[in-house]
Amino acid sequence: MTVTTEKLAAEPDPTNIPSVASDAHKRLSSPWASLAAAIIAIVWTVPTAGLLISSFRPQYDVKTTGWWEFFVHPHLTISNYQAVLQGSSGESATNLGSFLVNSIVIVIPAVIIPIFLATMAAYGFAWTRFWGRDFIFVMVFALQIVPIQVTVIPLLRLFVHPPLGLPAISGNDALAGGLYSLWLAHAMFGLPLAIFLLHNFMTQIPGELIESARVDGAGHVQIFTRIILPLMTPAIAAFGILQFLWVWNDLFVAMVFAGHDNAPITKALSDLTGDRGQEWPLLSAGAFVSMVIPMIVFLSLQRFFVRGLLAGSVKG
Amino acid sequence: MSTPEKLLQMVIAVAVFFAVVAAILLLTQRLRSRRGELVQSAAFILPALLLICLGLLYPAIKTIYLSFTTGAINHTRFAGFDNYKTIFTTKTYITVLENTAMWVVLTPIIATAIGLVYAVLIDRSSFERIAKALVFLPMAISLVGASIIWKFVYDPNIGLLNAITGKLGLGSDHTWYASLESHPWNNVWLIIILIWVQTGFAMTVLSAAIKAIPADIVEAARLDGVGAFQMFRHITVPSIRPTLIVVLTTITIATLKAFDIIQTIAAGGAYHTSVLAYEFYFQQFKSANTGLASALAVLIFVLVTPIVVYNVRQMRRAR
Repeated sequence: MTVTTEKLAAEPDPTNIPSVASDAHKRLSSPWASLAAAIIAIVWTVPTAGLLISSFRPQYDVKTTGWWEFFVHPHLTISNYQAVLQGSSGESATNLGSFLVNSIVIVIPAVIIPIFLATMAAYGFAWTRFWGRDFIFVMVFALQIVPIQVTVIPLLRLFVHPPLGLPAISGNDALAGGLYSLWLAHAMFGLPLAIFLLHNFMTQIPGELIESARVDGAGHVQIFTRIILPLMTPAIAAFGILQFLWVWNDLFVAMVFAGHDNAPITKALSDLTGDRGQEWPLLSAGAFVSMVIPMIVFLSLQRFFVRGLLAGSVKG
Repeated sequence: MSTPEKLLQMVIAVAVFFAVVAAILLLTQRLRSRRGELVQSAAFILPALLLICLGLLYPAIKTIYLSFTTGAINHTRFAGFDNYKTIFTTKTYITVLENTAMWVVLTPIIATAIGLVYAVLIDRSSFERIAKALVFLPMAISLVGASIIWKFVYDPNIGLLNAITGKLGLGSDHTWYASLESHPWNNVWLIIILIWVQTGFAMTVLSAAIKAIPADIVEAARLDGVGAFQMFRHITVPSIRPTLIVVLTTITIATLKAFDIIQTIAAGGAYHTSVLAYEFYFQQFKSANTGLASALAVLIFVLVTPIVVYNVRQMRRAR
């Protein structure tokens, strides 16, 4: 305890540390700088706020007046949300609720499977020894550069007509309605970066820890489950949230691999925008239905997200 | 499938996955010989390696091959460089290339510039947290959601932008991106959407880099009487140069693969706004033009590769 206080006392008063930042702070007191920051903040906020307000306005109001008229005629309703979720209001029904379920069904295995496989592979690359290990690791890392577009044509064909008499996982009469093709595709595309990031964190674990466990007679599996997994939790969380946002917000994989029955909400919304681009009461509510879950995840796990972002800003 | 059936399938998939993994690990863990070590390494690595080979390596090679063929996927004929020739000589595809160039130049530069200026302006201010969150939040929004948000801003009748230009006396009947007359500048209204999303990324990463600039450099510069703008130009920017490059290249890669915005609000590449990543989808899945689509995909690959290699080198150096 005394050590801590001494340390604290020895450190300079943080408010006196000169830095670019405190300099900028001074500049911010100049009105132009404040104005610039305020304008950026407004441009980045108002479009979302406008759509959010619209999603709670009555249909007629939304279609005939700009959202800012809300401040003059404040009528609020949740009927737009009822319409998109349950499809209760007849003609303008959309039933986005079931697509929301699809997104959840797609995202959970599409996050769990690649993360677990990547953690295992990262352990194998970091703490087991075999011939050609470093070469294979560099190959895996290099495959990050493969853009998703380059892979989907042969991959879709492989999923529809798999070899060795395996069941088809995409197309008509696919196993589990084609969900496996989505889970597998997201897992495959997420793996190289996941292995690379987790390997970076894994090699920071002190080698003595693993060596001493080996001396005590622990096998790789015990070391992996008892030592590695608990120590890796923050790194796994960091990558997990990145993968979650990628999968949840993905449109491309969904357009290629999902049918109508298992489409995620992004695809449903994109189709809705194409088919009924002027139906703003539905579109605005639909957009926010799709945003709620990633926003909650994002805001509650922001700390991990930033860490993952700083570590792995090179997704191929 | 009904909702409970889907949820059940999900639970089954995860359970089967963990059962298989557990079986592999338990079966191999008792092996302690030299060969056993090799088997154990394989047990940890092979499942992931298999998926990567199946999902990335094999398809990439196959697509490169397909890009030199023509005809349906089962009845391909070798066509040499014909697909590539078509891309570089047909007017439609030249427009696609021009649009892509416009996206790739504007998006990274503007997003990074705004992110950098904003990061400097709000750094250590009393409202830094909230100010960051405001610009950061679009990162959680899908590009589909962002496209809808901005389509609403651009709406000819009830959109904010026409209301503003109307008030300023610049006319209130603009169609913005949905205008062929203003091509290629109508692309800009779509590019703004991606800039809006990517700025938060640039701001977050650059802000972390700015905070890491050593205090003594700044203090020395201040003692020399360096002004605020000079400080930004001669101290801040050079100090965070490696990070700036990583941010620029990362956004460039994301831009080359951007497909969602066009698909959502300009499907079919309407108003001549198609880009490489979208044209790939259109040629393959709407026109069943596998050879040409493959060539477009390979083109993205060729453009992305040097940027990623450069990016990785910079990251290595920055460490």
